[in-house]
Amino acid sequence: MPYIARRTLTLLSSIVAIVTFNFLLFHIIPGDPIRLIARSQHLTADEIAKLHHEYGLDGSLFSQYLTYLKNLLHGDLGFSFTYQEPVIDIVKRTVGNTALLLTTSTLIVVIAGVLIGVFAGSRHGKRSDSSTVIAALVAWSLPTFWVGMLLVFTFGVWIGGLPISGIKTPHAIYDNIFQKWQDIGMHLILPTLTLAIVDIAFFVIISRTSLIEVMSEDYMLTARGKGLSRRTIVWGHGFRNALLPVLTASVLYISALVGGAIQVEVVYSWPGMGLLTYNSVLSRDYPVLEACFLITAVAVLVANFATDLLYHKLDPRVGVQK
Amino acid sequence: MNDVTPTHPTGMVRQLWRLGLGRAGIIILIAVAFAAIVGPMIFPFDPAAVGADASSILQAPGNGHILGTDELGRDVFSQLLTGARISLFVGVMATIISTIIGASLGIFAGYYQGPADTVLMSITDFFLVVPALPLMIAMGAIFGQNLSIIILVIGFLSWPRTARIVRSQTLTLRERQYIPRARSLGAKNMRILRVNILPHVMPLIIANTILVVAGCILSEATLSFIGLGDPDRISWGSMLHFSFVSGAIGRGAWWYFLPPGIGILFVVLGFTLAGQALEQITNPRLAADV
Repeated sequence: MPYIARRTLTLLSSIVAIVTFNFLLFHIIPGDPIRLIARSQHLTADEIAKLHHEYGLDGSLFSQYLTYLKNLLHGDLGFSFTYQEPVIDIVKRTVGNTALLLTTSTLIVVIAGVLIGVFAGSRHGKRSDSSTVIAALVAWSLPTFWVGMLLVFTFGVWIGGLPISGIKTPHAIYDNIFQKWQDIGMHLILPTLTLAIVDIAFFVIISRTSLIEVMSEDYMLTARGKGLSRRTIVWGHGFRNALLPVLTASVLYISALVGGAIQVEVVYSWPGMGLLTYNSVLSRDYPVLEACFLITAVAVLVANFATDLLYHKLDPRVGVQK
Repeated sequence: MNDVTPTHPTGMVRQLWRLGLGRAGIIILIAVAFAAIVGPMIFPFDPAAVGADASSILQAPGNGHILGTDELGRDVFSQLLTGARISLFVGVMATIISTIIGASLGIFAGYYQGPADTVLMSITDFFLVVPALPLMIAMGAIFGQNLSIIILVIGFLSWPRTARIVRSQTLTLRERQYIPRARSLGAKNMRILRVNILPHVMPLIIANTILVVAGCILSEATLSFIGLGDPDRISWGSMLHFSFVSGAIGRGAWWYFLPPGIGILFVVLGFTLAGQALEQITNPRLAADV
């Protein structure tokens, strides 16, 4: 079977697994989802019976699972009692904001992290290398939400000058689309910086190790023997070859990135899926929490899938069955 | 080059001490452990000791309060010391659970191989890619907020990396010559696992465990910050949660939100440095050499 087909199969089975896991977690273990809803709402017995029927809870476990799958395929993620609207509508409003935050931060984190890491690795054993590594280890030990709190304090209270909450200035009226994006861009600075401070460290460490390993390869000795300049060796040969292991490692990073984004959204009230998760935890709005988890998990699985395909394209040896 | 064998525990500690960063890590950890154990005895924390009036709320350091007071007029420094206990306790307990699961799965899968290996590693890979924090949040919100549940949730979701590492080490050990020799001498699988495999994976497990503690402490802090901490126990994460929701940042109460964060940073850094150095000793190829 070709690699892409095999990998697609893995993706699909993972998605089925996560959907099933999600069903068990939210529908079976807590007992009765209606009881969870009733915990935060005052419902009459009639209403509870009606909800039971609506959720297909009067059937067997298997038929409940089928109802759940059917609703899911129709884009029905349940109804939020705190927002008084279908969960899918809330998700549609917020998912784009998270995507914007994640895309911007990932670009900055990966580019800056790899450049710093390769630079440090090319000076392996020198002072600038070891201090970069120590800085990276310190940064990776920081709780993301606390970095956010420090930046809120610095730029919101102490020095001031940057927006610390939300995605736009409240009640702002824009003359044109450019002004609107300028405002959004300003609000994006601190959340992105927060994620960057912690996450750049990950790519620094990975790409540094990767470059050091590449530099010890035989063809590097050849390159040096040919009399190529140091710069050509590091950035022309080493850099490209060091990128592949970095790509493999980013699979592990995607999950960490999502965790960081939740914290950043909470600290900066960024109206995305992370803030939605937080609010649904506080109000115990289980249908919303469930949807947030499911969508995040599937998005991460798909992102991993895309990374693996990219890796395969760059290095066709990957996934060849022995 | 190394005169002490890394497989021996005291040898490991001695080698660790020789690596600069490992030494820094050990010193940090001893200092924090000392503060966590002895601190609360000297500065007993009384949760009932809320401030008498409005003036005692969010007081700056001074007046008998080394690190000022919180939004209820309670002493921040005593909370910090008690919080160290909870943060370390949750981190270590969760790690023990995670290591037991990860190491047994890894050894089992690596030793027996075949279909058991395939199934176990598919499960491992699944948990490796499922985003941990959202899953912890979901489970924390469903199962409730108390210390043992938080420990279980973190422990049950932190093992996949351990399982992977232990499995690959077991795979290479299995190919060593003394395994078939032991078998030809009549050793049973359990004995081979106990005598020939486990002692040789142990250094790796210990090094990895120490790195896992760092992750578990961060997880606890984050969960508590999200508001899923045990409401009856004060940890560094829950201190940051309350400082955040009570608006300590806007009121410039740095003495409330700086110390717990610095505490988390130091402990996590301590475990990371010690773990990295140990990994370098036990598995030089795997570790990012510093």
